[in-house]
Amino acid sequence: MNAQTINPQSLNSQSLPVTTTRQTTSSDRLFLAGGPGFAQHRQVFGPLPSLSSAQLIDELRASGLAGRGGSGFPAWRKLAALDPAARGRSVIIANGAEGEPMSAKDATLLARAPHLVIDGLLLAAASLGSGDLYLYCSGTALDAARRALDEREDARRIQLREAPETFISGEASAVVRSIEKGVALPRDHRKRLTEAGLGGRPTLVHNVETLAQVALVARYGAHWFRSQGVDDESGTRLLTVRAPGNELRVIEVPGGITIDDALRRARVDPASLSAVLVGGYHGGWVPAQAFGTPLTRDRLAPFGASPGAGIVMGLAKGSCPIQVSAQIASYLAGQSARQCGPCVNGLPKMAETLSRLAGSHSAGGPLPATLAQEVRRLAHIVTGRGSCHHPDGTAQLVLSTLSTFASDVDAHLAGHCEEARA
Amino acid sequence: MTEKSLHIDWIACDGRGLCTELLSELLERDEWGYPRALGYGSDVPVPRQLQDAARDAVALCPRLALTLS
Repeated sequence: MNAQTINPQSLNSQSLPVTTTRQTTSSDRLFLAGGPGFAQHRQVFGPLPSLSSAQLIDELRASGLAGRGGSGFPAWRKLAALDPAARGRSVIIANGAEGEPMSAKDATLLARAPHLVIDGLLLAAASLGSGDLYLYCSGTALDAARRALDEREDARRIQLREAPETFISGEASAVVRSIEKGVALPRDHRKRLTEAGLGGRPTLVHNVETLAQVALVARYGAHWFRSQGVDDESGTRLLTVRAPGNELRVIEVPGGITIDDALRRARVDPASLSAVLVGGYHGGWVPAQAFGTPLTRDRLAPFGASPGAGIVMGLAKGSCPIQVSAQIASYLAGQSARQCGPCVNGLPKMAETLSRLAGSHSAGGPLPATLAQEVRRLAHIVTGRGSCHHPDGTAQLVLSTLSTFASDVDAHLAGHCEEARA
Repeated sequence: MTEKSLHIDWIACDGRGLCTELLSELLERDEWGYPRALGYGSDVPVPRQLQDAARDAVALCPRLALTLS
């Protein structure tokens, strides 16, 4: 087997040089200023517009902007969810934690266009009349963020907070607890953050790319926003594209382009891959024969994937998909916040069982056919039974592995690996 | 009587199992002892005839992990 070794820690965006496509294309929006400086930013984008909360919410609603942090929640809904009477007490947090090891787009955005993020945060705050504002991001993005905040008078009120380098540090309730208590752990979700978040106050947590897009929608309107992308995946979005033997690339693309197109734009040869993982470690596998699939929620759903936070990770031909998935599942099991029983117990067991399946050919001889069923059973047991979506996302990846690579699973059960033979 | 839902706070729950005894028609224990309603996650619909038992479960949970709403 030509093993594609994955060490999620070493693949952290921080340790890799990020290449972004330089030539300007019609889909370039977020990086249009051409650099992180405030003067350039102002020159290209002009001053902050002034919008009432109704105007901003309506415009965002018409734009179809979906959150870019992973869940794809409509951006306007969070703003609209705040009780108008409580808006003055509200807190807004720009979330750039990017705990997903495969993602590098938020750090890239903060390094190259931090002022759009700040604009989005200030615009949302001005329209709602919010009080406290925070920018929460991890180590490497912190310096870029601090430099940008120091550059402008109107950003003085934004407090910068460091996110720890854990997978779940960006989960909305973990973000709030991290800022509040210095511990980035999720909390029970019965009480909504928009009702009682930071210090008991109504709190909005928006991904940094979402806020940068808010800054554009506020300036140029919903119609302009929709001039890129497709109906159900409007505007542009950032993608982090990784493939073995290729440089990591963060690219801005119109919503709804195909996987094949995304790979080519990132200068990855689709023919070198047997599958891609879309949406990151909580995402799903799409096999090469389906690379014509557009990156939209509906079309990715059959694969257990979604555009999510914009991650496309290639699996090289000759790499065992079960092996790679088992490594990811083990990593995710280790990233449990260890707060909820089904996650603490179920994830390691699920990962171990998948690892047994992955190692079948070296175990010498066929495995019990029930092993795949056992993996599936464990995935169903943990799903929905945690305070955050970590068990659900991990189960989704594992279930997607079993269905996309069904013939590899059968081969493993019979005691060999299809990729190893190839 | 309106539809009620039993919420399990997984952070508080440590699988003592009292709720699964009081609500054996609704909840089973998974292999680690945590309550599980087939087909549901953190919020489990409670049929009318089980609402009294659900209230007992909420009141008696040693970890205060349950809420009925």
